[in-house]
Amino acid sequence: MEFVSDLASLINSTLRISTPLVFAAMAGIFAERSGVIDFSLEGKMLMAAFVAAVCSYYFGNPWIGLLMAIIVCVSLSMLHGFASVTHKGDQVVSCVAINILIIGLTTALAAAWFGQAGLTPTLTQEQRFLEVNLPFAENLRDIPIIGTIYSDILSGHYIFVYFAYISVPIVYWIVFKTSFGLRLRAVGENPSAVDTAGINVFAMRYKALAVNGILIAFAGAHLSTAVNANFFREMSAGRGYLALAAMIFGKWHPKTALIACLLFGFTDALQIRLQGVEIPTIGEIPVQLIQALPYILTVVLLAGFVGKAIAPNAIGQPYIKER
Amino acid sequence: MVSPILELKNINKSFGHVHANKDINLTINKGTIHGIIGENGAGKSTLMSIVFGLYQANSGSIKVNGNEIKLRSPKDSIINGIGMVHQHFMLVENFTVLENIILGFEGETVFGEKLKKAKKDLKKLCETYNFNIDLDATISDLSVGFRQRVEILKSLYRGAEILILDEPTGVLTPQEVDELFKILRSLKDEGKTIVLITHKLIEIMDLTSEVSVMRQGEMVGHTRTENTNKEKLAEMMVGRSVLLRVDKPEVEKGETVFKVKDLTVKDDLDVIRVKNVNLEICSGEILGIAGVTGNGQTELLEALSGIRNVESGNIELFGETISQKDNYLNPRMLKEKGLAHVPEDRQRMGLVTDFKAYENLIFGYHDQEPYSKSSILNHKEIIEYSNKVMKEYDVRPSSPNLLTSNFSGGNQQKIILSRELNEKPKVLLVGQPTRGVDIGAIEFIHQRLIDMRNKGAAILVASVELEEVLSLSDRIIVMFDGKIVGEKINKNVTDRELGLLMAGVTE
Ligand SMILES: Nc1ncnc2c1ncn2[C@@H]1O[C@H](COP(=O)(O)OP(=O)(O)OP(=O)(O)O)[C@@H](O)[C@H]1O
Ligand SMILES: [Mg+2]
Repeated sequence: MEFVSDLASLINSTLRISTPLVFAAMAGIFAERSGVIDFSLEGKMLMAAFVAAVCSYYFGNPWIGLLMAIIVCVSLSMLHGFASVTHKGDQVVSCVAINILIIGLTTALAAAWFGQAGLTPTLTQEQRFLEVNLPFAENLRDIPIIGTIYSDILSGHYIFVYFAYISVPIVYWIVFKTSFGLRLRAVGENPSAVDTAGINVFAMRYKALAVNGILIAFAGAHLSTAVNANFFREMSAGRGYLALAAMIFGKWHPKTALIACLLFGFTDALQIRLQGVEIPTIGEIPVQLIQALPYILTVVLLAGFVGKAIAPNAIGQPYIKER
Repeated sequence: MVSPILELKNINKSFGHVHANKDINLTINKGTIHGIIGENGAGKSTLMSIVFGLYQANSGSIKVNGNEIKLRSPKDSIINGIGMVHQHFMLVENFTVLENIILGFEGETVFGEKLKKAKKDLKKLCETYNFNIDLDATISDLSVGFRQRVEILKSLYRGAEILILDEPTGVLTPQEVDELFKILRSLKDEGKTIVLITHKLIEIMDLTSEVSVMRQGEMVGHTRTENTNKEKLAEMMVGRSVLLRVDKPEVEKGETVFKVKDLTVKDDLDVIRVKNVNLEICSGEILGIAGVTGNGQTELLEALSGIRNVESGNIELFGETISQKDNYLNPRMLKEKGLAHVPEDRQRMGLVTDFKAYENLIFGYHDQEPYSKSSILNHKEIIEYSNKVMKEYDVRPSSPNLLTSNFSGGNQQKIILSRELNEKPKVLLVGQPTRGVDIGAIEFIHQRLIDMRNKGAAILVASVELEEVLSLSDRIIVMFDGKIVGEKINKNVTDRELGLLMAGVTE
């Protein structure tokens, strides 16, 4: 019985931990499918976390925090677009600039506003998102298997967790079943084909970046107004990069990217559980090694297990018609 | 009853310093096939891209059916019934045919009814024109000929009344060309108007009823095709009379330079492409390889030039084995032995298109004097040299500092040729020497190759243009399915004989 509840809580944490990764990977899919590299997922997630925390605190409502985070992230995406789509700058450089800017900006603003470098005030219950219990979760708990799945695994998450997993089929549907998706994929493969079909290449890329900004804002808000009750320095902790790896591992495809995110989330959850656990004959595994697990997995997966990941053909190349 | 469907007035277009179109006037009549010819870089593609709305003219006006229209993007031209098949296809390779065609004209936000209808309509279109295209096939699985049909189908589906084709036959096999022309004729019979850009005067004579000639950005003449001939057209294009066949004096054959024995070569997908080929090339001789694209010529040339491993067999250069594991000479070592290679795919293998012209002009020889001394490039010397060869080879515009990608296809080819020929190689391997090159330049290139031969170089020319093989070669071999299916001394051989061999018919 202990094993079942252990497993249930492991899966439960996997779902929670994977949430920001899923949002970020979906955001990345939009940008990169349109041909724009997005290394700035990390920075935008951090910025979203900051803005969401600050605005939730000021306005006393986490939804307003989320809305402001969306506005700011979309603006940052537009900035990236302005540099790399309109002005045809190097996309990676633009992203790195955004990331560096945000690390400094969030720390400095927090210091200026709240007197503590890189820390925002703790949010009260009203100012943050709380766990959502699904209907009848309590009553159904005792039913074997179904009860465990429903009440212990699916119920009791922050709203963002549900949003994240609902977003995956929606993204899939948009990318593969709508004309917007068709144009999105085409513009990342061969922008000339899109241009000669009478569609504005630049507008398409800006639209994709706007969706990218919205999605990544959810990841940040989840970190600072749901699982945590404040913003702290560099709280995104590489999740943006991890999501990027998941997206590549998932071959720019929402379904497989989701699986990759869950895998990363699972190793992270496992890592937390394994800390301090004695394993017969080996003894206690060093914490550092366990903590490195998700990253080792990333390297191993990317270095070969996945097979060749074929990026959208025109990725990273600004569209130049007349030289 | 002729009525103009498309009228261009005083069109001007510049790219930076390059004035690509100068005060162009052009009238195209409804229901005709109108040819446009001109040297490389004359501005043909630019003009048609303006008509298609892809580029915006600096000045001038465009009328369709008598109404002046503003073309801000291809959307405007498509609405006005203009379609274009570009020199480089505008297809998304990993999309299906259907997806490529409906792109931009989906007619619905979420795929459903309209998609089904589009499929039905397209099937009907395919039947009408005998296109024989599987709408669910992925583009990357299709041959060049089929991709072109997809492009045509795309334009028709989008309602094109005027169809512009930019050098459609440059990449096609003779059979595919025949099929294309059948399609174009039936389109004309339907009342559609076709604008055909080509370098092949025979196609102009065969297909068009009117022809316009461009030279260095200007429109220099219009004529009805029935009132002209190939020689007159060539003269109009180049501004002087052109020899459509080069003079080739008899020369003594020298020693054997290349000796290939039982050569078998595989391609990147591990498919055997060259099967037990035996051949010899002597100095003072041009050996022509005729054959339809994809019958092993590419791989043979790559193996001979040291960029592709041989599977079995042996290659000897000047009596020395160059292809075995224990005695393998890489392309650089071969270059030092006096071998030069003009690859058939110029964009991918012959040039770094993001480099400036002067860089490509010396690339591969950049570490030699006088271009560099103790590993440091001598910029002044290189520019001086570049200016000189660009004049000599008539590369236009002759500005060494221009990015290579900004030159037209024919001029890019001249850049490669000048680099490879200028070092006076003893052996020269050339793939498709004049693909996409205008007749003035063809004459020039052919003359150069013959000069090299007269001076004792051994030359191998692989070309899908039968006419080219016939006019250059001393000896001709025909490749089919990786094998040599025939060898002829180039005397009294006919197109027909070779054509049959190329199709794999051996007695
Ligand atoms: N996108 C571009 N940017 C800058 N210069 C260009 C561009 N396209 C064409 N040019 C220049 O304009 C001139 C005309 O080129 P264009 O491609 O129209 O020639 P063309 O007649 O089609 O030649 P070809 O027969 O080789 O295809 C050339 O000098 C070319 O270098
Ligand atoms: Mg052209």
